[in-house]
Amino acid sequence: MASDVLVPSAGGLYCAAGNFWIDPLKPVERAVITHAHADHARAGAGEYHSTRAGLPALKARVGADDRHQSHEYGEVFELGDTRVTLFPAGHILGSAWVKIESDAGVWGVSGDFKRALDPTCEAFHSNPCDVWVTECTFGLPVYRWPDTAIVIEQIQRWWDDCRDRAVPAVLFCYALGKAQRVMAELAQRTDRAIWLHGAMRPLVDAYREAGVDLPDTRMVSEAEKGERFQGDLILAPPSAAGSPWMRRFKNHSSGFVSGWMRIRGNRRRRGYDRGFILSDHADWPALIETVEDMQASRVITIHGNGEALSGYLKAQGLDSERWNLRASLSDGA
Amino acid sequence: MKSFIALYEALDATTSTNAKKAAMVKYFAQARPEDAAWAVYFLTGQRLKRLVNTRELREWTSEYSGLPDWLVEESYEHVGDLAETMALLTPEPGPSELQLPALSVMVEQVLRPMADLDDEQRQAIVVRQWQSLPGNARFVFNKLITGALRVGVSKRLVTRALSELAGLDSGMIAHRMMGNWQPTAEQFQKLISKEHDQDLEDSTPYPFFLASPLEIEPNALGLARDWSAEWKWDGIRAQLIRRNGRLYIWSRGEDLLEGRFPEIEQAARDLPDGIVLDGEIMAWRDGQPLPFARLQTRIGRKKPGAKTLQQAPVAFLAFDLLEYDGQDIRQRPLADRYSLMKTVLPTQCGQLLLPGRIEFSQWDALARLRESSRERGVEGLMLKRLNSTYQHGRKRGDWWKWKVDPFTFDGVLIYAQPGHGRRSGLFTDYTFAVHSDQGLVPVAKAYSGLTQAEIDELDRWIRAHTRERFGPVRSVDAVHVFELAFEGIARSKRHKSGVALRFPRIHRWRRDLKVDQADQLKDLEQLIAD
Ligand SMILES: [Zn+2]
Ligand SMILES: [Zn+2]
Repeated sequence: MASDVLVPSAGGLYCAAGNFWIDPLKPVERAVITHAHADHARAGAGEYHSTRAGLPALKARVGADDRHQSHEYGEVFELGDTRVTLFPAGHILGSAWVKIESDAGVWGVSGDFKRALDPTCEAFHSNPCDVWVTECTFGLPVYRWPDTAIVIEQIQRWWDDCRDRAVPAVLFCYALGKAQRVMAELAQRTDRAIWLHGAMRPLVDAYREAGVDLPDTRMVSEAEKGERFQGDLILAPPSAAGSPWMRRFKNHSSGFVSGWMRIRGNRRRRGYDRGFILSDHADWPALIETVEDMQASRVITIHGNGEALSGYLKAQGLDSERWNLRASLSDGA
Repeated sequence: MKSFIALYEALDATTSTNAKKAAMVKYFAQARPEDAAWAVYFLTGQRLKRLVNTRELREWTSEYSGLPDWLVEESYEHVGDLAETMALLTPEPGPSELQLPALSVMVEQVLRPMADLDDEQRQAIVVRQWQSLPGNARFVFNKLITGALRVGVSKRLVTRALSELAGLDSGMIAHRMMGNWQPTAEQFQKLISKEHDQDLEDSTPYPFFLASPLEIEPNALGLARDWSAEWKWDGIRAQLIRRNGRLYIWSRGEDLLEGRFPEIEQAARDLPDGIVLDGEIMAWRDGQPLPFARLQTRIGRKKPGAKTLQQAPVAFLAFDLLEYDGQDIRQRPLADRYSLMKTVLPTQCGQLLLPGRIEFSQWDALARLRESSRERGVEGLMLKRLNSTYQHGRKRGDWWKWKVDPFTFDGVLIYAQPGHGRRSGLFTDYTFAVHSDQGLVPVAKAYSGLTQAEIDELDRWIRAHTRERFGPVRSVDAVHVFELAFEGIARSKRHKSGVALRFPRIHRWRRDLKVDQADQLKDLEQLIAD
């Protein structure tokens, strides 16, 4: 263990052999970013390495200047004494997992990933590693996702029901990734237009520019005065729930799209009428399946309930432990 | 069961009361009466006698899902609801042509017979259901074998749905649902029948009328002379029925309190027939109320012994008359009902008391009198409009409870455990301690009073600062101080601290206070009135 290729540092993982950090939360010299979600991508790094497909969203998050170096999926690039490759993680457009080859072995770091198909991004691509560092946001066996098609149909039926009742259908979902995935799925089934909250706009544009087929959209901010949105679908980020912005949607029905909606209490205490179970993360079976696909003999869990997954893998005869990346923030490292 | 599952999903899929009511009306309109009867039973919060214990269920879940038992435990702790955890961990059955059984068939032919079976047979039945029931049907099945359904509808809302369906006044439906109502097809048909009520059982109580808390100044209620005031007693709300030579005492929770309060039964034998009194059972001696803790020693006793009767004597304090000479008089004004009550009940007859109304002509004078509530051992005042009818449920307008301000103290959070229902999966049940010579000693458990944002923040903090786990309970670093309110305090041998608080709840998070600034046990002991 003395020669671990990666160690927790700055809220992410530090590779001494290559002198770079993966998904650091604090400013560092050189960062490799798996994807542009806020818990992975932060401003202030001296140099950014990321995928070409993920670059527009990353620039929107951390600023667009000349510190960015983008790479194709599967392209090998050298950092220090290591060879680094970014593979599709299937999480959101341009998301990657990071493979690091060094004298001390081959390590894979997942960032966030999922195995279900998603029309807005490339599917997860596995590649053998000695050590697999896996996220486990949903690291308990209660998290098993229903088929995407079933969930999209539920969303559609709810929208239809709102149309019958002539009330607005306000659907909350994360502005980067989830919103576009839901839109792309709906576009395959209907050609009705969708209203967007302002925060969705730049990311939806970025997906369109990347060639993702999305339905027609209208901005809520540009709606005619007196528009009542009856029977219309509105996409908004979760932060808009309960804000004065919501007042324009009289008698609306609300839904939330997230893996957390698998648990009834999560939906009820947040007061959504409907919860739709659709996640951009691996569920429990997919976490385990991926460990097998990676053929790793050692698994390190990060992000989420790692104790359960590690305990389970250990009982299966694997070497497994949990790393707390957040704790590395207070180390001053 | 299929339409009942659909109803469950519809109720669960909305936060709107009207939408919930509409879903129930739709269900009851098409359900067969034998199924509708059971639906009423479960929706109004009733449950079957426990069929399996939760330890067994967790073992069976582990066996059936192939997951180690510790992982089932972790999952349960995370989800917070056993029925839901079991539904989530058991694999989804493949598509099948099999029809779900009707709700009444499920209850009468599968669930109820389980009570007479041994462990293995019960396990076989539960597993067979898991193998065949899809998604929410499996969840609802699990709910029925573990306890109450809890789907966010009140008994009152079920009553309103039935009254809309039947085209009858909801008070009449509520009345028919009271007492010994049984979930049978016949009883369901009676519930919504247009026929007038001739044949309710003698034991059937009237639906209780509940007061709402007064949140405004009383002079906003209008002229003082239009109102009646009484002390608000802190006991057990009860209805005393005298019909055809028989006596029935019902609690507000609709438990028949037969044999529990012999001194009240004794006194009530002298009442004329055809009488129903509404009132409060109090621990009472020498014309004075005893602390609620004393009454508590009586609540669980089905047949109190001589020593208990001596140490905790009780009385029934009557404050309303609902039936006189066999006639329902709830529609008569309170003032009339009150005068009639005086004619049937002298000021005292044994342990049956008529505490009487408080004379007042000015709101100000009443407010001053209310200040003396604590010394009198009462919770405050009840205000009732003199010309009001006796309604049912909690209807605002005519009955108000005007309580004195609660006691408060500052306590330290020391234990937390996950909550249930809408709080499931979050650490929301807290235990608070105060300082004593033996260090911090727990004095109160509370789970209400924080905002959702505070609950979320505290939940994250608790997870990060757990010291030890005892099953679902975690001990945490003693860091956070909270102001708690409570209604009363009494000595208690059952508590390590030696005191028991009544209705503790969280007032606010005192982020400004350090642990050593929290209260001392002796501060609390000073409030005990023996
Ligand atoms: Zn992410
Ligand atoms: Zn993430």
